[in-house]
Amino acid sequence: MLTARELRCERGDRALFTDLNFALEAGTLLHVQGANGSGKTSLLRMLCGLTTPASGQILWDGDDIRELREDYASQLTYIGHHPAVKDDLSALENVCISQLLAGQPVSREQALEALAAVGLKNQANLPSRVLSQGQRRRVALARLWLCNKPLWVLDEPYNTLDVNAVVLLQRHIETHLGRGGMAVLTTHQEPGIAAKLVRTLRLSA
Amino acid sequence: MGLLRRDLLLAARRSSDVVSVLFFFIIAASLFPLGVGADPALLRAVAPGVLWVAALLSTMLSLGRLFAADLADGTLEQMLLSPQPLVMTVAIKTLAHWLVSGVPLVFLAPVLGLQFDLAGREIAVLTVSLLLGTPVLSLIGAIGAALTLGVRGGNVLVAVLVLPLYIPVLIFGAGAVTASAAGLNAQAGLSLVGAMLALSVVFAPYAAAAALRIAME
Repeated sequence: MLTARELRCERGDRALFTDLNFALEAGTLLHVQGANGSGKTSLLRMLCGLTTPASGQILWDGDDIRELREDYASQLTYIGHHPAVKDDLSALENVCISQLLAGQPVSREQALEALAAVGLKNQANLPSRVLSQGQRRRVALARLWLCNKPLWVLDEPYNTLDVNAVVLLQRHIETHLGRGGMAVLTTHQEPGIAAKLVRTLRLSA
Repeated sequence: MGLLRRDLLLAARRSSDVVSVLFFFIIAASLFPLGVGADPALLRAVAPGVLWVAALLSTMLSLGRLFAADLADGTLEQMLLSPQPLVMTVAIKTLAHWLVSGVPLVFLAPVLGLQFDLAGREIAVLTVSLLLGTPVLSLIGAIGAALTLGVRGGNVLVAVLVLPLYIPVLIFGAGAVTASAAGLNAQAGLSLVGAMLALSVVFAPYAAAAALRIAME
């Protein structure tokens, strides 16, 4: 369970949000809403432990994530604005390396399967430089088909994806929730997940 | 180990970056004989300093690549969120940096030493001093690169920050070669550079990892 207690985030001398509380249980999704600049990405980076909140605590199963550090990292998959896809490497190499960084190395065959699942079977050996923005995002998302970490933190995952890919990703997130996983995502669209699994958090600037 | 392979693979795919730094080293070191004249005694006297300074500067040039590309495409975030300790990641990346931009200098230096009319013994000492000293340059450089990450004008700032820290390595590395040319024992200088290497291997990755965490805040 992921719990946030009285979180406060500051940018410069302005508070983006204060006194933010929520608890996310297994099998549910947190949809973070808010206007541009309301602190959605800042909140997500905080939940990953990339930034420290100005005050308040983030707890994973009751323990502060700042104390858990690497133990927490092994429970979490984060896909941010930047897809972490290297231009000079092929799609396949990119998937293998991001899994290595995530501490869950995969074989070439497993990586190929994941790329096939996101519709990049024929592009697996192309350098990522020649892929379109949407295809590069699919390369990044292929990680979600490989890792079995309980918490997914996804920043605008539907951006640049075509309609089919969005549906594919939505079904995959539902499967993940069905297995008792958790997800936090920001999107300006509808999350497209069965409403009973979705908790909504609205940030107002 | 996979991470080391990744960094080497990326360097191989971008070999022009690596080669241009090596050419900088060759050209910078070769300009001095043209500038100060072809007096063999003078060249022998300035050779250790010139080759070492050229090595410092060309290492500086390649520091920008160490973390900046990974920051720009989001890989650095993934490294910070990796279950593998960040210190290990930093140490491996620094090792890759040394293999790509330090080791070639060690191999090129003897050839450039001939250009300065250095004798065999001095060339041997020069090579050993660079072999011990260039990893220190990469390790200290990693701290500087991490501290200036994402800062505007970071390339100039990293020079201002890191070059003063390179001074001890320069003094004892070049000093060992000068001592050997004067018929003295080069061992004292080399031992000191070795000691700096041991110290920086232990402490620099921690400092660079801490700096990276601050840069990503």
